[in-house]
Amino acid sequence: MIGIVGYGSYLPRYRIKVDLIAKQWGADPEAIKRGLMLYEKTIPGLDEDTITISVEAARYALQRAGINPQKIGAVYIGSESHPYAVKPSATILIDALGIGPHVHVASYEFACKAGTEAMYVAYSLVKAGEMDYAMGIGADTSQGAPGDALEYSASAGGSAFIMGKEKVVAEILFTHSYTSDTPDFWRREHEFYPRHAGRFTGEPAYFKHIHNAGLSLLEKSGSKPSDFQFAVFHMPNGKFPQEAGKKLGFSKEQMEAGWISPWMGNTYSGSSPTGLSAVLDVTKPGDKIFMVSFGSGAGSDGFIFQVTDEIQKVKALAPKLRDMLDNDKIYLDYGQYAKFRKKIILNE
Amino acid sequence: MLRDVAVIGVGITKFGELWKKSLRDIFVEASLKAIENSGVDHIDSMYVGTMTSGLFVGQEHIGAVMADYLGVAPVPATRVESACASGGAAFRSAFFEVASGHSEIVLAGGVEKMTDGADVTDALATAADQEYEVYQGITFPGLYAMIARAHMHQYKTTREQLAHVAVKNHKNGSMNPNAQFRSTVTLEQVIKATMVADPLRLLDCSPVSDGGAAVILCSVDYAKKLKKPFVKVIASAQSSDTIALHSRDSLTELKCVKVAAEKAFKQSGLKPSDINFAEVHDCFTIAEIVVTEDLGFFEKGKGGEAVENGLTAIGGKIPINTGGGLKSKGHPVGATGIAQIIELYEQLTGNSGERQVKNAKYGLAQNMGGSGASCVIHILEAV
Repeated sequence: MIGIVGYGSYLPRYRIKVDLIAKQWGADPEAIKRGLMLYEKTIPGLDEDTITISVEAARYALQRAGINPQKIGAVYIGSESHPYAVKPSATILIDALGIGPHVHVASYEFACKAGTEAMYVAYSLVKAGEMDYAMGIGADTSQGAPGDALEYSASAGGSAFIMGKEKVVAEILFTHSYTSDTPDFWRREHEFYPRHAGRFTGEPAYFKHIHNAGLSLLEKSGSKPSDFQFAVFHMPNGKFPQEAGKKLGFSKEQMEAGWISPWMGNTYSGSSPTGLSAVLDVTKPGDKIFMVSFGSGAGSDGFIFQVTDEIQKVKALAPKLRDMLDNDKIYLDYGQYAKFRKKIILNE
Repeated sequence: MLRDVAVIGVGITKFGELWKKSLRDIFVEASLKAIENSGVDHIDSMYVGTMTSGLFVGQEHIGAVMADYLGVAPVPATRVESACASGGAAFRSAFFEVASGHSEIVLAGGVEKMTDGADVTDALATAADQEYEVYQGITFPGLYAMIARAHMHQYKTTREQLAHVAVKNHKNGSMNPNAQFRSTVTLEQVIKATMVADPLRLLDCSPVSDGGAAVILCSVDYAKKLKKPFVKVIASAQSSDTIALHSRDSLTELKCVKVAAEKAFKQSGLKPSDINFAEVHDCFTIAEIVVTEDLGFFEKGKGGEAVENGLTAIGGKIPINTGGGLKSKGHPVGATGIAQIIELYEQLTGNSGERQVKNAKYGLAQNMGGSGASCVIHILEAV
């Protein structure tokens, strides 16, 4: 049996309500809330970035897995906000957590699906027998240009998953990826913020890739939507995952536990992995989870998980996602948010 | 006029966000349909209306590009531009070429590809006065909002009356299989839609669209020989006005429409009350109200009341925008003027299905550039 042996997530405490962002740009907050189903989003603290978020999430994953960090053979961080253009993120993480130095690390980038790429490769290495444990992380301090539609959703957070063969809490039964050259969202070198092609990011990008990956995954596994207790889809906003899930035949109830974007925002590479983390917190042995990520450019990775008896032993060993999402929040106004996100240019 | 001109075939693509089709794909699709529909085996010349393909997709020299991809080179192929009236102006050029006897079979097409990533508002604003309007920050929604404000002030036109235009055109468009938005909307939805430029809201504005349309013109004598349904072009008029809105005597009157209409009615020997239905340039809801007044269909200031009382609905005194108008059918700028001609052709040949205007004999198409700096009007007659 190969699958997740430990999982952990981290969300910063800071939040901003979409009403304040809308007000700043003269937009109608009610139209944003109604249209995108977004209410608030997380903001990284002044001393937080993709690496610190990854370290926190990975620390919690290690707590749940209860393994010697030295046994981890690979660490992959998927993000589109790696703090360095040239320098790996995971080298800092392995030193912080006592992993390595006999370890393979890499930084992944594929818009919002870099996290599931990291998970997929980690899983594949364990499955191939190359190592006993491998860690895949999806984390971001997402970028969205001031005044752009992305500013309502671009948030911060991430999740880490340790793949292994023993004491598996969620077995990976099937995977399927679907990829094409669909340039719906991009950021060129030396640009601060990503650009996107309006509604083109919807139908021919997000919906097409999630739908096709999802359909193929159902077909490959010989399952139907009603076979699953939970479903998680990439959450660029609150509305899209609900529509994508409905089209594939999943109910609102199946998606409820992992549907966190209305209050978290879009943590880009950390989006669907963090939805999965929220689901694992509430599952019981035997539950099946259907998950499909999406990354612009564009592609989707699909996974089918089945939860084991081990889940009951690890849930309480680290903070649960909903607790982080709902409690200890510090709300910022737009000025503080602009300062935290370094949108205000200061003299040296 | 040397000889009578007929429209003998039409072709149109679906309007909307045509992600998988390029500018040339769209034009060729519409043109091949028109050629097939007309039954001709060649064309002698062609005109293409496009507003700003250079800004939208980086392609100029449109006449040659389209002739090449349509497979008709070496026929003469000319691009015609008059902002949002480019399609109407292309049709008018084709009309002259046939009327003069210089060519027998001429294709008039229009096309625009607006969803390839260009800043559409900026591209469209190039049709306004760059030096005196655009540099001050105004955009077309802003210009038409000023017209709306002035009309509301001067004639007591109401917010609800503006909304009635959108409600009617969406209802008509719901019956048009090629329309971009086939959904109906309610008065409340229009009035509560996202604000764009006060008093105009999102549902007062025509959308950003991709689309193409083409028609085949020939002499009436030639059309008779083909033994296919055709309609006759009985008036072709064009006018211009100040490029900047602030230079005009009145904000509530579109002089270009009045001047072109006067010429068109004189040419055809008709008066406004003879027209059975019209396609007009409703780029914004207020535009339809002002245009229907300046065409002489309603007394000045009564356009709002007319739409509110259903006079412009199908079955009303004079149905306006039976195809859904720019509002619901979509507004791929260069294609719009040709699409209007196609709606006239379909109505006058009795092929409009559930949106058919009964006993339609005369149809008028009014295509406008900018905030009314250019206007092209055609009147077509059922044969």
